[in-house]
Amino acid sequence: MTVLVGPNTKVVVQGATGREGSFHLQRMLEYGTKVVAGVTPGKGGTTVHGVSVYDTVEEAVRKEGANASVIFVPAKFAADALLEAVDAGVELAVVITEHIPVHDTLRAVNYARARGVTVIGPNCPGLVAPPVRVKLGIMPNNVYQTPGKIAVVSRSGTLTYEISYQLIRAGFGINIAIGVGGDPIVGLDLMEATLKVASDPEVEGIVVIGEVGGDAEERLARLYAEGVVNKPLVAYVAGRTAPPGKRMGHAGAIVMLGSGDAKSKIEAFTSVGIPVAETPFEVPQLLAKLLKK
Amino acid sequence: MKLHEYEAKELFSKYGVKIPPGKLALTPEEVYKAAKEIGTPVVLKAQVVVAGRGKAGGIKVANSPEEAYELSKKMFGMNIKGLTVKKLYVTKYLEVEREMYLSLIIDRATRRYLFLASPVGGMDIEEIARTSPEKIKRVYVDPSVGLRDYHVRSIVSWLGFKPGTQQWQQAASIVQAMYRIMVEYDAELVESNPLAVSKEGDVIPIDARIIVDDNALFKHPDLEKALEEDPRDVTEFEAYAKRIGFHYVELDGDVGIIGNGAGLTMATMDLVYHFGGRPANFLDIGGGASREVVKEAVKVLLNHPRAKVIFINIFGGITRADEVALGIKDALAEAGGAAKKIVVRLKGTNEELGRAILAEVGVPLFESAEEAAKKAVELARL
Repeated sequence: MTVLVGPNTKVVVQGATGREGSFHLQRMLEYGTKVVAGVTPGKGGTTVHGVSVYDTVEEAVRKEGANASVIFVPAKFAADALLEAVDAGVELAVVITEHIPVHDTLRAVNYARARGVTVIGPNCPGLVAPPVRVKLGIMPNNVYQTPGKIAVVSRSGTLTYEISYQLIRAGFGINIAIGVGGDPIVGLDLMEATLKVASDPEVEGIVVIGEVGGDAEERLARLYAEGVVNKPLVAYVAGRTAPPGKRMGHAGAIVMLGSGDAKSKIEAFTSVGIPVAETPFEVPQLLAKLLKK
Repeated sequence: MKLHEYEAKELFSKYGVKIPPGKLALTPEEVYKAAKEIGTPVVLKAQVVVAGRGKAGGIKVANSPEEAYELSKKMFGMNIKGLTVKKLYVTKYLEVEREMYLSLIIDRATRRYLFLASPVGGMDIEEIARTSPEKIKRVYVDPSVGLRDYHVRSIVSWLGFKPGTQQWQQAASIVQAMYRIMVEYDAELVESNPLAVSKEGDVIPIDARIIVDDNALFKHPDLEKALEEDPRDVTEFEAYAKRIGFHYVELDGDVGIIGNGAGLTMATMDLVYHFGGRPANFLDIGGGASREVVKEAVKVLLNHPRAKVIFINIFGGITRADEVALGIKDALAEAGGAAKKIVVRLKGTNEELGRAILAEVGVPLFESAEEAAKKAVELARL
């Protein structure tokens, strides 16, 4: 068992018959995830990689016992897909889709949270838990073959894979990696996801990967100072060279109205005693040093 | 999408807000005509979507149509923070009693709308926050509840108005209009700074700024059309990159950067900086990039005027190294050889195949991103 997922996690993939959906559905199956159903309106009754496809999430929950959803639905319809998953009764929804209008996300995420549903994303790689071999997302399977005690919480995708790979090369194993998403509004933000993994007794160390934009890193640093995160923690912040007012690939990666630059985040971390890596490749070294203490 | 001031004010006006009389002008002749119609003194305001255009000489007062004509000749074509002035907004010069600040954003931490209000304004919010943080009032609005009278009362009284007055009414309707624009136009920012009380006693937005969520533009064909006709702050490279399907941001250094994924690409920029170099750009080809996309990305940087060297850093989860290598090879073939040094660090499926292809075209492949970054910085210095 890890936080968020375990052997009883049964997944429905929304947008299962699309190019991305069907490709990643197969990768999730290969990894070991119990994908019990797919949903594509109008494609009910068909199968994709041996998994039954339904017209609605409600059917997938009723007939296959799905309790988590991974959403690959195109941006225009993705917020509705999330609302449908919430109403169908899933406990966890991972929204992979990028480019969802932020006001749509705002309403759907608030709706989900008010009903106790955990949302990861949008615009995220999802989560992967090697000890239980469950993946809800698009992380590369070959990177996440080594289970262990380190949790990686990140606002980025590829950088998460890169740092996970470096950690494993240095001899660490991964308990869980969560990509919280690159949008301004996400379900579980960097701070909340860190608190979540910190509550897991199996987790011995945490790597937090932040980037420019917003203040989740600063809020996390404040909580850390209060002693709420009782685990060794190493951070990296991408975007020291990002100019203000420009969106750095992610919709949420923007320095706006004078807030959200890398400097402020790095200072917030270091001022409360969290080591911050100068480059992604320094992370394993810093973590090893911290865990030895 | 950043709206021009005149577009933002048109929206304010559409939602019932009284705005200073103004006209858009594209030539000095049109400026002359507008100044005459509106009645001098007038203000000529460069329509460029950057903050701080006043300090950069983009706002001038003219006391006669002739003066407006002469001033505008110098203003058209002016470069303000990298943007060329093509449009001037000619507005009535208003004498003001006092200036305030009012904006509306989405607050990430609380997932609510957030009004920032200050009875002092005219400078940007960063400056107000620095000099008089106690003047900034935050009023949160939950999207599921919507804007209520108590929110409006809280903001308007903070701005210094008395209940029952005409000014109170005007200010309240501005707050309501801004909220409606925010929600109905999928805005990320609606700002009036300064919001002013004129000598005549009217509450009037002297300036207005609106940023609309790019991801929601499909809901607003009028804005899509306006953006197409006037790309504003989007550079030629950025527009091209968007058509091809990758994220591109112009920077001012000489090491060209290509990465996959926003975080890794930013980390690659930072790595170059860490080793003493300066990134020329940010170019994220996204996940699972095809040979075609890689080729286009490399071509962009081969044609880039400032990039002396190209540093490609790919961490392939599902990206195939041979596909990336073929893209680089294709770009070089089309360009008729490498006019610039290329440094590649490539992890991913089919790494050996990729290595062989790159060796064939003489592009060095590095095992470590740090070594590659050092090499790129060194080559840029030559």
